[in-house]
Amino acid sequence: MKNTSRSGNKSRTEAGQQRRGWPVTVTTTLTLALLLVTPVSAEYGDVVINRISGEEGVPPVIFPHWFHRIRFRCKVCHAELDFEMRVGANEMNMNALEEGKYCGACHNDEIAWGLQNCVMCHSGKEGLESQIKGGHQTSGPGRW
Amino acid sequence: MLTLSLLALVFSAQAQQPSANNAPKHKPLAKDGFHDPTLPSIDILQEPGEVLEGLPSSTSGNMVDWNKAVRDGYIQPRATLEKQGEINTLDLDVYFPDTAGADVVRFPHKEHTQWLDCSNCHPAPFAEKAGATSFSMLDILMGEYCGSCHGAVSFPLTECSRCHSVSYEEYLKIREQKQN
Repeated sequence: MKNTSRSGNKSRTEAGQQRRGWPVTVTTTLTLALLLVTPVSAEYGDVVINRISGEEGVPPVIFPHWFHRIRFRCKVCHAELDFEMRVGANEMNMNALEEGKYCGACHNDEIAWGLQNCVMCHSGKEGLESQIKGGHQTSGPGRW
Repeated sequence: MLTLSLLALVFSAQAQQPSANNAPKHKPLAKDGFHDPTLPSIDILQEPGEVLEGLPSSTSGNMVDWNKAVRDGYIQPRATLEKQGEINTLDLDVYFPDTAGADVVRFPHKEHTQWLDCSNCHPAPFAEKAGATSFSMLDILMGEYCGSCHGAVSFPLTECSRCHSVSYEEYLKIREQKQN
Protein backbone atom coordinates (compact mmCIF):
# COMPACT_ATOMS: atom_id res chain seq x y z
CA MET A 1 0.00 0.00 0.00
CA LYS A 2 2.71 2.35 1.02
CA ASN A 3 4.61 1.62 -2.14
CA THR A 4 1.58 2.07 -4.34
CA SER A 5 0.76 5.45 -2.86
CA ARG A 6 4.38 6.51 -3.26
CA SER A 7 4.47 5.57 -6.86
CA GLY A 8 1.08 7.18 -7.29
CA ASN A 9 2.42 10.41 -5.89
CA LYS A 10 5.44 10.22 -8.05
CA SER A 11 3.62 9.38 -11.23
CA ARG A 12 2.11 12.85 -11.53
CA THR A 13 5.44 14.56 -11.28
CA GLU A 14 7.05 11.88 -13.47
CA ALA A 15 4.41 12.39 -16.12
CA GLY A 16 5.51 16.01 -16.35
CA GLN A 17 9.15 14.99 -16.44
CA GLN A 18 8.50 12.41 -19.08
CA ARG A 19 7.06 14.99 -21.46
CA ARG A 20 10.23 17.02 -21.17
CA GLY A 21 12.36 13.95 -20.76
CA TRP A 22 11.54 11.91 -23.86
CA PRO A 23 14.33 13.43 -25.96
CA VAL A 24 16.76 12.34 -23.24
CA THR A 25 15.50 8.78 -23.63
CA VAL A 26 15.94 9.01 -27.39
CA THR A 27 19.44 10.42 -26.92
CA THR A 28 20.34 7.68 -24.47
CA THR A 29 19.08 5.06 -26.90
CA LEU A 30 21.05 6.68 -29.72
CA THR A 31 24.16 6.81 -27.57
CA LEU A 32 23.78 3.17 -26.62
CA ALA A 33 23.21 2.25 -30.27
CA LEU A 34 26.36 4.15 -31.26
CA LEU A 35 28.34 2.32 -28.59
CA LEU A 36 26.90 -1.03 -29.64
CA VAL A 37 27.67 -0.65 -33.33
CA THR A 38 31.29 0.42 -32.83
CA PRO A 39 33.30 -1.58 -35.38
CA VAL A 40 35.39 -4.62 -34.56
CA SER A 41 38.71 -3.44 -33.21
CA ALA A 42 40.62 -6.70 -33.47
CA GLU A 43 44.25 -6.53 -34.56
CA TYR A 44 45.03 -6.06 -38.24
CA GLY A 45 45.43 -9.47 -39.85
CA ASP A 46 43.41 -11.36 -37.24
CA VAL A 47 41.58 -14.22 -38.97
CA VAL A 48 38.24 -15.70 -37.94
CA ILE A 49 38.10 -19.36 -39.00
CA ASN A 50 34.54 -20.60 -38.84
CA ARG A 51 34.27 -22.92 -41.84
CA ILE A 52 32.95 -25.84 -39.75
CA SER A 53 33.38 -24.84 -36.08
CA GLY A 54 29.89 -23.39 -35.69
CA GLU A 55 28.25 -26.45 -37.25
CA GLU A 56 30.25 -28.67 -34.91
CA GLY A 57 29.10 -26.66 -31.90
CA VAL A 58 32.43 -25.15 -30.94
CA PRO A 59 33.42 -21.47 -30.94
CA PRO A 60 35.22 -20.18 -34.06
CA VAL A 61 39.01 -20.02 -34.15
CA ILE A 62 40.71 -16.64 -33.88
CA PHE A 63 44.11 -16.76 -35.57
CA PRO A 64 46.32 -13.76 -34.74
CA HIS A 65 48.86 -13.08 -37.53
CA TRP A 66 50.71 -10.56 -35.31
CA PHE A 67 51.40 -13.21 -32.66
CA HIS A 68 52.70 -15.72 -35.18
CA ARG A 69 54.81 -13.37 -37.31
CA ILE A 70 56.81 -12.32 -34.26
CA ARG A 71 57.88 -15.96 -33.98
CA PHE A 72 57.83 -17.24 -37.57
CA ARG A 73 58.42 -15.76 -41.00
CA CYS A 74 55.47 -15.92 -43.41
CA LYS A 75 57.08 -18.70 -45.44
CA VAL A 76 57.03 -21.20 -42.60
CA CYS A 77 53.25 -21.52 -42.82
CA HIS A 78 52.72 -20.29 -46.37
CA ALA A 79 55.50 -22.28 -48.08
CA GLU A 80 56.76 -25.02 -45.74
CA LEU A 81 53.25 -25.84 -44.49
CA ASP A 82 50.39 -25.76 -46.94
CA PHE A 83 48.46 -22.67 -45.95
CA GLU A 84 46.89 -20.90 -48.92
CA MET A 85 46.86 -17.12 -48.56
CA ARG A 86 43.10 -16.90 -48.79
CA VAL A 87 40.53 -17.01 -46.01
CA GLY A 88 38.43 -20.14 -46.36
CA ALA A 89 40.76 -21.80 -48.89
CA ASN A 90 42.30 -24.16 -46.33
CA GLU A 91 40.27 -27.26 -45.65
CA MET A 92 41.36 -27.70 -42.08
CA ASN A 93 39.69 -30.04 -39.66
CA MET A 94 40.80 -31.59 -36.36
CA ASN A 95 41.66 -34.93 -38.02
CA ALA A 96 44.13 -33.22 -40.35
CA LEU A 97 45.59 -31.26 -37.45
CA GLU A 98 46.02 -34.42 -35.40
CA GLU A 99 47.97 -35.92 -38.32
CA GLY A 100 50.39 -33.01 -38.01
CA LYS A 101 49.03 -31.00 -40.91
CA TYR A 102 48.33 -27.24 -40.86
CA CYS A 103 48.31 -25.91 -37.24
CA GLY A 104 49.11 -29.43 -36.05
CA ALA A 105 52.69 -29.08 -37.31
CA CYS A 106 53.45 -26.86 -34.31
CA HIS A 107 50.51 -27.25 -31.94
CA ASN A 108 51.72 -30.61 -30.64
CA ASP A 109 52.99 -29.76 -27.13
CA GLU A 110 56.51 -29.48 -28.55
CA ILE A 111 56.65 -26.16 -30.40
CA ALA A 112 53.33 -24.78 -29.14
CA TRP A 113 50.46 -25.88 -26.94
CA GLY A 114 48.81 -29.14 -27.96
CA LEU A 115 45.45 -29.62 -29.65
CA GLN A 116 43.77 -30.69 -26.40
CA ASN A 117 43.75 -27.02 -25.31
CA CYS A 118 40.61 -26.37 -27.35
CA VAL A 119 39.61 -22.90 -26.14
CA MET A 120 43.08 -21.43 -26.64
CA CYS A 121 42.33 -21.39 -30.38
CA HIS A 122 38.54 -21.81 -30.38
CA SER A 123 38.29 -18.51 -28.56
CA GLY A 124 35.91 -16.50 -30.77
CA LYS A 125 32.40 -15.22 -30.29
CA GLU A 126 29.68 -17.55 -31.48
CA GLY A 127 28.34 -16.87 -34.96
CA LEU A 128 31.25 -14.83 -36.32
CA GLU A 129 31.73 -15.23 -40.06
CA SER A 130 35.07 -16.37 -41.49
CA GLN A 131 37.03 -13.25 -42.33
CA ILE A 132 40.31 -11.41 -42.03
CA LYS A 133 40.51 -8.08 -40.23
CA GLY A 134 41.90 -5.63 -42.74
CA GLY A 135 42.90 -2.25 -41.44
CA HIS A 136 42.25 1.38 -42.13
CA GLN A 137 39.26 1.08 -44.43
CA THR A 138 41.05 -1.10 -46.95
CA SER A 139 38.53 -3.87 -46.52
CA GLY A 140 35.99 -1.63 -48.29
CA PRO A 141 37.13 -1.45 -51.91
CA GLY A 142 38.10 -5.11 -51.93
CA ARG A 143 34.46 -6.03 -51.35
CA TRP A 144 32.92 -3.79 -54.00
CA MET B 1 19.07 22.02 -24.95
CA LEU B 2 19.91 18.99 -22.88
CA THR B 3 19.51 16.79 -25.94
CA LEU B 4 21.75 19.01 -28.01
CA SER B 5 24.43 19.17 -25.37
CA LEU B 6 24.32 15.41 -24.89
CA LEU B 7 24.60 14.84 -28.62
CA ALA B 8 27.48 17.31 -28.80
CA LEU B 9 29.15 15.45 -25.96
CA VAL B 10 28.73 12.11 -27.70
CA PHE B 11 30.10 13.35 -31.01
CA SER B 12 32.97 15.31 -29.50
CA ALA B 13 33.94 12.23 -27.49
CA GLN B 14 33.88 10.15 -30.67
CA ALA B 15 35.85 12.75 -32.61
CA GLN B 16 38.48 12.97 -29.89
CA GLN B 17 39.00 9.26 -29.62
CA PRO B 18 41.43 8.71 -32.49
CA SER B 19 43.51 11.80 -31.78
CA ALA B 20 43.92 11.22 -28.06
CA ASN B 21 47.65 10.82 -27.49
CA ASN B 22 47.38 8.50 -24.55
CA ALA B 23 44.73 6.23 -26.14
CA PRO B 24 46.05 2.67 -26.31
CA LYS B 25 46.90 1.62 -29.88
CA HIS B 26 45.86 -1.95 -29.26
CA LYS B 27 42.52 -3.04 -27.83
CA PRO B 28 42.54 -5.73 -25.14
CA LEU B 29 41.43 -9.11 -26.51
CA ALA B 30 38.34 -9.05 -24.28
CA LYS B 31 37.10 -5.95 -26.11
CA ASP B 32 38.30 -6.62 -29.66
CA GLY B 33 34.95 -7.85 -30.98
CA PHE B 34 36.37 -11.23 -32.04
CA HIS B 35 37.29 -12.96 -28.77
CA ASP B 36 34.63 -14.25 -26.43
CA PRO B 37 35.49 -12.67 -23.06
CA THR B 38 33.58 -15.38 -21.18
CA LEU B 39 35.97 -18.15 -22.28
CA PRO B 40 38.83 -19.00 -19.90
CA SER B 41 41.47 -18.51 -22.62
CA ILE B 42 40.96 -14.74 -22.47
CA ASP B 43 43.18 -14.56 -19.36
CA ILE B 44 45.93 -16.74 -20.83
CA LEU B 45 46.33 -15.48 -24.41
CA GLN B 46 49.01 -12.86 -25.01
CA GLU B 47 47.64 -9.33 -25.29
CA PRO B 48 48.71 -7.53 -28.49
CA GLY B 49 49.52 -4.29 -26.67
CA GLU B 50 51.88 -6.12 -24.33
CA VAL B 51 54.27 -6.96 -27.16
CA LEU B 52 53.44 -4.69 -30.13
CA GLU B 53 53.89 -1.50 -28.10
CA GLY B 54 57.55 -2.40 -27.66
CA LEU B 55 58.28 -2.77 -31.40
CA PRO B 56 59.27 0.02 -33.85
CA SER B 57 56.09 1.88 -34.69
CA SER B 58 54.39 2.74 -37.97
CA THR B 59 51.13 4.48 -38.75
CA SER B 60 49.05 1.66 -40.19
CA GLY B 61 48.09 -1.99 -39.83
CA ASN B 62 49.40 -3.34 -36.54
CA MET B 63 51.09 0.06 -36.02
CA VAL B 64 54.38 -1.82 -36.22
CA ASP B 65 57.25 -1.34 -38.68
CA TRP B 66 57.79 -5.07 -39.15
CA ASN B 67 60.77 -4.68 -41.50
CA LYS B 68 62.61 -2.50 -39.01
CA ALA B 69 61.66 -4.89 -36.21
CA VAL B 70 63.46 -7.72 -38.06
CA ARG B 71 66.33 -5.59 -39.42
CA ASP B 72 67.21 -4.19 -36.00
CA GLY B 73 66.77 -7.47 -34.17
CA TYR B 74 63.71 -6.64 -32.08
CA ILE B 75 62.30 -9.96 -33.22
CA GLN B 76 63.99 -13.05 -34.68
CA PRO B 77 61.20 -15.00 -36.35
CA ARG B 78 62.16 -18.52 -37.38
CA ALA B 79 62.58 -19.17 -41.08
CA THR B 80 61.88 -22.90 -40.99
CA LEU B 81 60.31 -25.32 -38.58
CA GLU B 82 63.51 -27.33 -38.44
CA LYS B 83 66.01 -24.64 -37.52
CA GLN B 84 66.67 -20.92 -37.39
CA GLY B 85 68.09 -19.35 -40.55
CA GLU B 86 67.80 -20.41 -44.19
CA ILE B 87 66.85 -16.97 -45.40
CA ASN B 88 67.68 -16.48 -49.07
CA THR B 89 67.40 -12.75 -49.61
CA LEU B 90 67.57 -11.18 -53.04
CA ASP B 91 68.61 -7.54 -53.39
CA LEU B 92 66.82 -6.65 -56.60
CA ASP B 93 64.43 -3.77 -57.17
CA VAL B 94 61.73 -4.12 -59.82
CA TYR B 95 60.06 -0.99 -61.18
CA PHE B 96 56.49 -0.74 -62.47
CA PRO B 97 56.27 2.45 -64.57
CA ASP B 98 52.85 1.80 -66.12
CA THR B 99 50.84 3.41 -63.33
CA ALA B 100 48.47 5.75 -65.18
CA GLY B 101 50.11 8.88 -63.86
CA ALA B 102 50.71 7.78 -60.29
CA ASP B 103 54.29 7.61 -59.06
CA VAL B 104 56.25 4.60 -60.29
CA VAL B 105 56.15 1.51 -58.07
CA ARG B 106 59.45 0.23 -56.72
CA PHE B 107 59.17 -3.38 -55.57
CA PRO B 108 62.07 -4.32 -53.27
CA HIS B 109 62.85 -8.05 -53.29
CA LYS B 110 65.12 -7.46 -50.28
CA GLU B 111 62.35 -6.76 -47.76
CA HIS B 112 60.02 -9.35 -49.25
CA THR B 113 62.55 -12.19 -49.18
CA GLN B 114 63.11 -11.55 -45.48
CA TRP B 115 59.66 -12.98 -44.92
CA LEU B 116 58.70 -14.98 -47.98
CA ASP B 117 59.95 -17.83 -50.10
CA CYS B 118 60.38 -17.36 -53.88
CA SER B 119 57.61 -19.93 -54.38
CA ASN B 120 55.09 -17.72 -52.56
CA CYS B 121 55.03 -15.31 -55.53
CA HIS B 122 56.66 -17.22 -58.43
CA PRO B 123 55.53 -18.52 -60.85
CA ALA B 124 52.05 -17.69 -59.55
CA PRO B 125 50.73 -15.08 -59.24
CA PHE B 126 53.82 -13.36 -60.71
CA ALA B 127 55.88 -14.75 -63.60
CA GLU B 128 59.61 -14.32 -62.93
CA LYS B 129 60.12 -12.12 -65.97
CA ALA B 130 59.50 -8.47 -65.10
CA GLY B 131 56.52 -7.10 -67.01
CA ALA B 132 55.22 -10.54 -68.02
CA THR B 133 52.32 -10.41 -65.57
CA SER B 134 49.70 -7.79 -66.17
CA PHE B 135 47.66 -6.58 -63.20
CA SER B 136 45.87 -3.45 -62.12
CA MET B 137 45.18 -1.55 -58.94
CA LEU B 138 41.62 -2.87 -59.08
CA ASP B 139 42.92 -6.45 -59.00
CA ILE B 140 45.01 -5.53 -55.97
CA LEU B 141 42.03 -3.93 -54.25
CA MET B 142 40.11 -7.15 -54.90
CA GLY B 143 42.76 -9.06 -52.97
CA GLU B 144 44.71 -10.45 -55.92
CA TYR B 145 48.46 -10.10 -56.65
CA CYS B 146 50.02 -7.67 -54.10
CA GLY B 147 46.57 -7.52 -52.49
CA SER B 148 46.87 -11.13 -51.28
CA CYS B 149 48.99 -9.74 -48.45
CA HIS B 150 48.77 -5.94 -48.62
CA GLY B 151 45.42 -4.97 -47.17
CA ALA B 152 45.19 -8.14 -45.12
CA VAL B 153 48.42 -8.76 -43.23
CA SER B 154 51.15 -6.54 -44.73
CA PHE B 155 50.71 -2.78 -44.68
CA PRO B 156 47.29 -1.70 -46.00
CA LEU B 157 46.48 -0.24 -49.42
CA THR B 158 45.85 3.19 -47.98
CA GLU B 159 49.65 3.57 -47.78
CA CYS B 160 49.92 4.54 -51.48
CA SER B 161 53.33 6.20 -51.33
CA ARG B 162 55.07 3.25 -49.74
CA CYS B 163 54.79 1.41 -53.10
CA HIS B 164 54.26 4.33 -55.48
CA SER B 165 57.50 5.80 -54.24
CA VAL B 166 59.55 6.91 -57.29
CA SER B 167 58.76 9.89 -59.54
CA TYR B 168 58.76 9.19 -63.28
CA GLU B 169 61.80 11.47 -63.78
CA GLU B 170 63.71 9.63 -61.11
CA TYR B 171 62.70 6.31 -62.69
CA LEU B 172 64.03 7.45 -66.10
CA LYS B 173 67.37 8.31 -64.49
CA ILE B 174 67.55 4.91 -62.76
CA ARG B 175 66.73 3.16 -66.05
CA GLU B 176 69.42 5.16 -67.86
CA GLN B 177 72.01 4.28 -65.23
CA LYS B 178 71.14 0.60 -65.54
CA GLN B 179 71.45 0.67 -69.32
CA ASN B 180 74.92 2.26 -69.20
